[in-house]
Order: sequence, then structure tokens, then C-alpha cells
Amino acid sequence: MKLEDLEAGSALTGRKHILSLTVENRPGVLARIAGLFSRRGFNIDTLAVGPTEDPDVSRVTLTLDGAVHPIDQVTKQLHKLVNVIKIRDMEPDGTVAREMALFRVNAAVENRAEIMQFAEIFGADIVDVSRRTLTIEVTGTQDKIDSFERMVRPHGLIEMARTGEVAITKSRPDS
Amino acid sequence: MRAADALCEALKAEGVQHVFGIPGGANLPTYDAIYDADFEHIQARHEQGAGHAAEGYAKATGKVGVALATSGPGATNLVTAIADALMDSVPTVFITGQVRTDLIGTDGFQEADVTGITLPVVKHSFLVTDPRQIPEYIHAAFHIAKTGRPGPVLVDIPQDLSRAEIDYEPATGTPDLPGYKPPLEGNIKQIRIAAKALANARRPVIYGGGGIVNADASEEFREFCAVDTFPVTLTVMGLGAFPAPHEQWLGMLGMHGTRAANYAMDEADLIVCVGARFDDRITGKLSEFAPRAKFVHIDVDPAEIGKNVPAHIPIVGDAKDVLPKLTREYSALKADTDRLSDWWQKIRAWQTEYPLRYEDSTDAEIKPQFMVEAMYEATGGDAIITSDVGQHQMWAAQYYHFARPRRWLNSGGLGTMGFGLPAAIGAKVACPDDTVVCLAGDGSLIMNSQEMATAAHHNIAVKVFLMNNGHFGMVRQWQELFWEERYQSVEMGDSPDWVKLAEAYGWTGMRCADKGELRESMRTALEADGPVLLDVRVTPNENCYPMIPAGHAARDMVG
Repeated sequence: MKLEDLEAGSALTGRKHILSLTVENRPGVLARIAGLFSRRGFNIDTLAVGPTEDPDVSRVTLTLDGAVHPIDQVTKQLHKLVNVIKIRDMEPDGTVAREMALFRVNAAVENRAEIMQFAEIFGADIVDVSRRTLTIEVTGTQDKIDSFERMVRPHGLIEMARTGEVAITKSRPDS
Repeated sequence: MRAADALCEALKAEGVQHVFGIPGGANLPTYDAIYDADFEHIQARHEQGAGHAAEGYAKATGKVGVALATSGPGATNLVTAIADALMDSVPTVFITGQVRTDLIGTDGFQEADVTGITLPVVKHSFLVTDPRQIPEYIHAAFHIAKTGRPGPVLVDIPQDLSRAEIDYEPATGTPDLPGYKPPLEGNIKQIRIAAKALANARRPVIYGGGGIVNADASEEFREFCAVDTFPVTLTVMGLGAFPAPHEQWLGMLGMHGTRAANYAMDEADLIVCVGARFDDRITGKLSEFAPRAKFVHIDVDPAEIGKNVPAHIPIVGDAKDVLPKLTREYSALKADTDRLSDWWQKIRAWQTEYPLRYEDSTDAEIKPQFMVEAMYEATGGDAIITSDVGQHQMWAAQYYHFARPRRWLNSGGLGTMGFGLPAAIGAKVACPDDTVVCLAGDGSLIMNSQEMATAAHHNIAVKVFLMNNGHFGMVRQWQELFWEERYQSVEMGDSPDWVKLAEAYGWTGMRCADKGELRESMRTALEADGPVLLDVRVTPNENCYPMIPAGHAARDMVG
């Protein structure tokens, strides 16, 4: 073995990462995670927190840009938090990831039909209606929600709320 | 049983013999329980002092140090010590009182969100919400504090909960912490690769740190270094892990390390880092650090690996487990020792050309380096030395040749001035038969000088050798070298009169300003009963050299 042949792993992956954390359901856990990110200078793109099938365990799903963050370092720092039980860096191909978003858009009579058509194409639901606005619920991948936003924005996007992605690994077909 | 009594039972079950602290409103139940407890309570005079004393206790022994404080200001006064313990990986448990549960969140008297305030500086923390958790959390806190990479754990206990009645059952086994599984054993495949790389290295350097001391792996480290003629250097935290002086010893590395150590790092082809973390005081300018080297990085904390420099051969594990395996694997390869002779030739040339040196005075003036050498002689080189932070700390690291681990206690990571005196108190409590000397700076000592009362009150016979140059010396040095000699706020004036201050606290106060009398003064101080402060007047404007200016590379060393 020559020393010249030794290589160290690269720190940056250049792609988006979804980290799925199972954490103890205890007070202050989210503060520990958020504090770690701010202290180490990591920037969270999206964050979603909720219960799991086990009442003692919560799931935190966060997305990060692997082009600017050494994901390996992020996960190792997260692992040091005693309340973090498990961390999964979700493989893009083996993961189902979904986000939900609510859009309130201008929908005057002349463009109402077009917006409703977009909603239909995106499999979205209209959840609230007024004389001048429509509120639409869209669920899907981050990309899908991004494109829906692009479609409706020219009509006047009044308000948007997105949950951030949640993710789960795909089952193998034979399992 | 009252929960506060269960707290004391839990501490006893953890083998606690001494705690350091200050009582107050919110931890009165705990102090009432301590009245009957089997361990000794050392009453500090400021919570920061209690915290550093707990650290000194832990650093001197490897046992968990314990400090107690009340809520609000008591707890916030602990924060510096907690942060210090995190940076230097000191196994410590901090137990704070909190206001009653019905007052939490109401801005009650002496209320502070101490779990929130300390979140970034603890290894872990617990806020008690049910009195039955108290013994459980104490056991978990000790387990977390001392295993893996050690660190500070805080347990915050509301006053009403520590008064509650609970059924106490002694804890058995390891606490159930699903998210806490510190790695222990190094991967043998990685260890084999590291051994092969070492056998192929022509310019290796072994770079060790405080992790070796924490793992109680100094013996294993020495055996590993002795398996071949590897050059060895240590960080300021690691001093004592390898016996100085020694023919393989290059001296400390880093900002005020030796040229031989820093130049060897610069030219090395393989650096084996054991329990150190490539801190900026070691690497200087990161992009020019050890540009020819591949790195083997052995650490119990996986997050340290690849954090600052890329690790070509990462080994996650306890040094005590990894090092003997690495020694064995390396021996099996029967590498040719002669391949290192060119390397040693080069190193010897640096050592000859650039020894640690200073220009001694020709009159009675005491040079600070001379003071450390005199201290080395007077103590036989075998005292427990604590220090504060600054020039005196670096001179001690350079000129006091630590031959054993846990004899050199200083604040390396956080760089906390005022650490030395309370740490010495903690160390002396832990090791009453050892000589414990705090080599203090005058800028630092005053920051926790109130702890002189603690030592006097409990008759803790620490010796303070004050390197008094009348300045914040290191800041003065930087203003001289890098800020065009625009000296601002670095002179200390004539206050206090340290001899009178020591005497006011019930200590013996001594002064020495004559080189010819220094050794004798030190011996007198060491032989005297009780705590002694020796005010040594040294050259006021001596600079600490050699030095890598901050942000520069090893090759840019000056002085």
C-alpha cells in the first residue's frame, strides 16, 4: 500500500438531502436540534415534526443542501444529541417524500376557470372559496409544489404555507 | 424518602465523595439532605469557582466532578465552568436548583431557564418534571458524563420536586438511553490499514491530545510510540500522556509549540492523531496545514473525524482499545526502523538549531521562563500543576516537563482565565497527598480570587505561584506584535497587594523579586502548612516565543 493511494472522502455531495430523525418525545428536543444547527452554522431548508406509531418517539424530517453542508458532519453532530435515537439520510431512489402546501390565489371571474384547471391537473383540492380568491391544497413532491407555485403565481399569489417534506423509505416489492 | 435524600443516595451510589457548591433558596432541600449525607461538601465562594473545582477534581482523577448551585444567578454563574468542561471534555455533573414548578415560566424570583441557557454547552441536560426522575436522571447523568467522550451534564431540579416523597430504589445496570451508544472498539480492518500506512510512512508523526488522558490510555500510547522510533508531539491538553523529556519527544505543537514539532507536522507524510481535534491553535492556516500528510485519526467522538481536516484512515473508538491493537498490528509487520533515520536526522537538526530558549537576565530580574524552570526543580517535576490562561500557561507547557498524565490541569479549549485557583482546590481535595501548585497569572488569578476563602475555610493546602508581570501579558504581547504597540487596557496597576490579600484571606503571603532567592522561596512555600501565595515579580514585558501568528502556517513561526 502506498500512502499516495490513500484518499479521504469528500465532504460535499452537491445534492439535496432528506434526513429523517427518530427522537425521544421529550420537552426541549427540537430546541436541541435547532440549537445545534445554529451553533454549527448549518442551514435547514425545511423542517417537519410529528408523532410516529410509537407515542414515546417523534419523527423530525429535515431537508438540507448537500452542496453547502458536509452532510456527514451534520449527521454525526446530530448523533451526539442524546435524545436523537436514529438518523436516516434518505436515499433519493428508495424514498417516498411528500409535502403539503396551501395556496391562496387571486381568482377573479376571468381567470377562475384556468386556476381550477391547474388544480385539477395537479390533483389538488380547493378547500376554501371567496368571491375573489381560491384556497388550494396541494400534496406531492417538493418539485410538484414548486411547479404549482410557478403556475399560479402570475395570477397573484396572496399567501402560501408549506409544511416541509416528510419521508419514509420504500418497501421492497417482495416484502 | 424525600427526593432530595434520594438525590444524595444516588450520588453516594455513584461513588461521590466530594461535591463543590453554594446553597440558595431553590436548592435548600438538597442542602438539607446533604446535612446527613456521607460525602463532603466544599463550600465555594462563587459558583464558577465550584464548577472549576469540580473540573480540577475530575481532571486530576478521571472521576466525575460534581458542582451544585441554586437557581437563577447561582446557575448562570456556573455557565462558564460548564462551557469549559464541554470544550475540554471533562466528566462533570452540575446540579442546579430551579424555582417551584408552579413558578416556572412566570419570571419568578431567581428564575432562569438554565437548561435553555446551557443547551449549547452541555453534553446533555435534564429538567426534572417528576420527583421520581431525580435518582434516575442522576444515574443517567453520571453515565453520560463519563462514557464516550466525557463532558458536562446538567440536572435542573425544581425546589418543590426535591421536597416530594418518593420510593427510592437503587439503580442497577446501565441507564436506558436509546439514543446514546458511545462507540468503544475500533474497527480492526481500519486499524490494520493504519498499521500498514505507518509501516510505509517515511516521515510519520504521532500527534496526541487530551483524549489519551481522558481514556486513561497513556500507558497504551507510550507502548504504541515505542513500537518504533516514531516522533511524538502532544497538544497542550495532552501533556503528560508521553513522558517528557524523551528521545522521541518533539515537545508541544501548535501556536506556542516547538519548531521541531511544528516543522515535523509540516513535512510529515503521515500524521497519526490520537484523541486530538485539529483545533485552530494546532493547525494555524488550515489550507497550509501539513500539506504533504495523510491523516490517521483515532477518536472516540465520530464527529471529530473529518471535521477540520480530511481523515484518510478514520478509526472511531476508545484509545485504550485501539492503541494496543494498532501496536500489535504494527509489530506484526516488522517494519524497517532504519527507514526513519533520514527523518530523524532532519528533526534532530531542527531540535539543535531551534531549541526552546530565552535570554536570561544577568541581574536579579526574574524571567518568567526561569520561574517555570525553578518551579520544576522545586517541585521535583512531579506536582499537580494547574494554570490560568495566557503567557504563563504557555511557558508552563513549554518548560515544565510533564512526565505523567493528570499532572497538568489547564483550560485549553475555552481558555478560561480564573480557572487555575479553583481547579487547584478541586485537585487538592481529590489528591490530598500530592503537591498541588497553581501557576497563576496576575490577570487571571483575580478573576476567581474569592476562592482563596474556600481554601482557607476548608484548609485546602494549595500553593499559588503567581507569575506577576503586572499585565494581561498575552494581550499585551498581541498589541505589541500585531496592533502597533497601541497598548490598551492591559496594565494592571499596583492593585491588589497580593501578599496582603492572601493574608487577609488567612493564607500565608510571600513575595519574591530576586532570582537568587526564588528557588528557596518556592521551597519554603511548598513546605509551609496550609495554603500559600507566592507573588513572584517577573519581567513585565517578556514575550512568549516561539509563536505562529494566528491564521499563519507552521513555516511562519517567529521568535
